[in-house]
Amino acid sequence: MNTDFLDNHPDDESIEMKLWEYIDGFSNEADKSVIQRLVSENAQWKAKYRELLEVHETLNLVELDAPSLRFTKNVMEEIARYQIAPATKTYINSKIVWGIGVFFIAMIVGFLIYGFAQIDWTVAGETRNPLGFDLMKVDYSEMFNNTLMNGVMMLNIVLGLFLFDRYLSNKNKKLKEA
Amino acid sequence: MHTGPEDMDIIARVLNGDHQSYSTLVERYQNFVFTITLRYVKTREDAEEVSQDVFVKAYRSLADFKGASKFSTWLYTITTTTCITFLRKKKLEIHSLDNEKVFEVADNVDSGMSANQIEQKSKINMVNEAIKMLSPDDAQIITLFYKGEQTLEEIAQIMGKEPNAVKVQLHRARGRLKEKMERYFSAEVRDIY
Repeated sequence: MNTDFLDNHPDDESIEMKLWEYIDGFSNEADKSVIQRLVSENAQWKAKYRELLEVHETLNLVELDAPSLRFTKNVMEEIARYQIAPATKTYINSKIVWGIGVFFIAMIVGFLIYGFAQIDWTVAGETRNPLGFDLMKVDYSEMFNNTLMNGVMMLNIVLGLFLFDRYLSNKNKKLKEA
Repeated sequence: MHTGPEDMDIIARVLNGDHQSYSTLVERYQNFVFTITLRYVKTREDAEEVSQDVFVKAYRSLADFKGASKFSTWLYTITTTTCITFLRKKKLEIHSLDNEKVFEVADNVDSGMSANQIEQKSKINMVNEAIKMLSPDDAQIITLFYKGEQTLEEIAQIMGKEPNAVKVQLHRARGRLKEKMERYFSAEVRDIY
């Protein structure tokens, strides 16, 4: 066990966490021996251990609820109307799925290779600007003077905000669970 | 962990055509499935309907069960997703762990318990009643851990969470349960402690 934990005067919450790990059997051997010593020598740990152990033993008394006596019969009558679906691997061949994926990747790579092969590298070497034109002199306003373009950009912004919101919600949820 | 040989034997027989063998699995797990379902849907009628759906779904998907996890883990995962789908269809609010309103609802429902009812409750009934006051997530995690014979990793798989998050949630669920027991069954709790 990390002795810093003891040196920093652990609060009730921290002691409970350690004791629950001990009671549930999740503590390693080193932690176990330390906790056993603390439980026998330290009044705070002893009292908390007894309290938690009592809760643990009480929870072992939890009873399960039972459905009606006809439940099994109802289920068997219901399943008699159905067939067991065949395993997905019998009708979805993963080799075919991989093959389609490889085909598309090969197409993309092929187009890229073809595209790069068409570039006249000697021309690009003669000018300072490999693009062949000056980006600073391009009139960008003409690109955004189009209703369709503006509509697509607006849609992209809305979708981007939506995804960002989902990302933040998931992050918030994970933080709360932790 | 893997499914015990008994469950796998039964599954193999069902897949070979002996459909009646499935009733053994139903009888073996019906109480667990029903209890978990009841934590979500609250009424016995709905819980029976949903539990039946769970076993039918499990039967229809039996060929896809690979045995990499325990059958019970796989079944409880189906149970959780079926419950959530059911509640969404009925447009009922799904109470999540971080929704404090669920505790207000539980408090308001149970504050009307009569003194006679409290006096008559045994320790077992007290614990069961206290668990019913918890949120579905808390109640499920306690049921799976103490009665469902599931490890933390298996519970994490069932609930779609990380094992460390499950460990923390289990600890907090027990704390909340203790608070409920102290608040509503203070006489019995004093006898215990």
